[in-house]
Amino acid sequence: MLPEAIAAHPLAAALEARLPGAATGGTLENGELVLHIDPARIVEAGRFLKTDHKFIQLTGVTCVDWHPREPRFEIVYLLRSYETNVYLRLKSTVAESIDSVYEIWRSADWYEREIFDLFGVKFHNHPDLRRILMPENWKGHPLRKDYPVHGFKYSYAEPQ
Amino acid sequence: MADIETPAAPYLEETVIDSGTTREMTLNMGPQHPSTHGVLRIVIKLDGEIITDAKADIGYLHTGIEKQCESKTWQQVVPLTDRVDYLSNLSNNLAYCLAVEKLLGLEVPLRAQYFRVMLSEITRINSHLIWLGTSAIDLGAMSVFFYCFREREEILRLFEFFSGQRMMTSYFRIGGLALDAPRGWRKWIKKFLDVMPSRIEMWENLLNENPIFKKRTQGVGFISLEDMLDFGVTGPMLRGAGMKVDLRKDVPYSSYDKFTFDVPTQTSNDVYGRYLVRMEEMKQSLRIIQQCYDGMPEGDWTADAPKIVLPDRERMKTQMEALIYHFKIVTEGFRVPAGDVYQAVESPRGELGYYVVSDGTSKPYRIFMRTPSFGNLQSLAKLFERVPIADSIASLGSMDFVLGDTDR
Repeated sequence: MLPEAIAAHPLAAALEARLPGAATGGTLENGELVLHIDPARIVEAGRFLKTDHKFIQLTGVTCVDWHPREPRFEIVYLLRSYETNVYLRLKSTVAESIDSVYEIWRSADWYEREIFDLFGVKFHNHPDLRRILMPENWKGHPLRKDYPVHGFKYSYAEPQ
Repeated sequence: MADIETPAAPYLEETVIDSGTTREMTLNMGPQHPSTHGVLRIVIKLDGEIITDAKADIGYLHTGIEKQCESKTWQQVVPLTDRVDYLSNLSNNLAYCLAVEKLLGLEVPLRAQYFRVMLSEITRINSHLIWLGTSAIDLGAMSVFFYCFREREEILRLFEFFSGQRMMTSYFRIGGLALDAPRGWRKWIKKFLDVMPSRIEMWENLLNENPIFKKRTQGVGFISLEDMLDFGVTGPMLRGAGMKVDLRKDVPYSSYDKFTFDVPTQTSNDVYGRYLVRMEEMKQSLRIIQQCYDGMPEGDWTADAPKIVLPDRERMKTQMEALIYHFKIVTEGFRVPAGDVYQAVESPRGELGYYVVSDGTSKPYRIFMRTPSFGNLQSLAKLFERVPIADSIASLGSMDFVLGDTDR
């Protein structure tokens, strides 16, 4: 259920009217609207926002690892409307995989590859899901919270 | 002659499509190539001289800055943001500081805001100068490169005068500036403002009507506006296609709404159009710097927040309270209320955004840098579609990306 303050927001209300239950919550802080979207319906919600509300550009996609909370990965979609100059964030919390939004915004291509590379979240229907920043034979996903900042791959300690 | 068979170079993987005369060739451009302006590898498929497919391979400069940020205190992240886009470091400082200040609910004094605007605009000129010099040298205009770097040297001296550092300035801090502007700054800015208009005119005289430059840039590097928006392109490339977008006007930050300036656009949507847009942007930046120079308010350069901003040395040595705060800030940093925030600024390359997540401790939980180069470079496959390989160099230069910014 959406909190009352969010449900009154025109954008959230329109989304709720078209796709009931897709938005499971939200916040409105610092003038920035955040909507929590059911991960199974992220593509539907994205398409609705692009066609009906002119969010023609996906500014970026990122991920936050809330280890050890389960499900741990929060995928964050940063959207921008050039007509109203409104920033909108969509959040979906997933355990390991989510549908790709590549078919709606092609800019999702590299951003989703980056999340796959650095967090190990898989994207269904992504055309080319490979590592992008790390070497292709790299083991592990560096931006996960259980991946140490240093002392993992190489040891700089003096040999015994 | 025709009978001699030369063995194929091992790095040129040739695949025969047709047993007749047509051959598709795969060509590796980079990672060390002068026109990629960094360490970028592009795998190009060629049909004769026409590019049929191009794939960018990035990540050679990945340094894990986002991971490093998570182990630093909030204020210690500022020097790391310099290293992301090393040609427009102050824009990065600004975006990060604004994001954290938004989370803290901190209001920065007007003097600090004006200095931030002024130095960000000088950064824009600095970054555009590098772009102008390097993309002109790609097209064979050697002298422009030397002239641009001469002026850039002046700007770096100006940065050193303000912050003590030429490139990695870290001059903007959470809560204001690192130091007040040094005495005599007006003289330096005045000199800069006096010299620059004539210099811009000189560069324009060198290139604007240069027949070789025009031949190599006009009608080259076309990519439709719909494709650009779809691929996440921002900044001067959009403005070169006639779209009037500028975050300084659309979503004003750091008192940009107090300044009058125009957003230049061109409708030609080619390399030449992007060149004209950037040249005009430099002139508009000078207008903004002039307004800062004329209307610089007096007062504090840091916010009145003793728990966040370090006290000055004099107070730290004479007042017990200031000493305690100094100790607390230096040893454990300050806490930032839990929450997340996205703050975007118009960097010389486009939309630079910082998505900052705090869990209420003295270290950031996650920092995501939405860098303009990453978004712009994604459109490379489309930009290179069916163009001759000689034109690809001009198109690549017109994107104005920094690989440190792309790979972070």
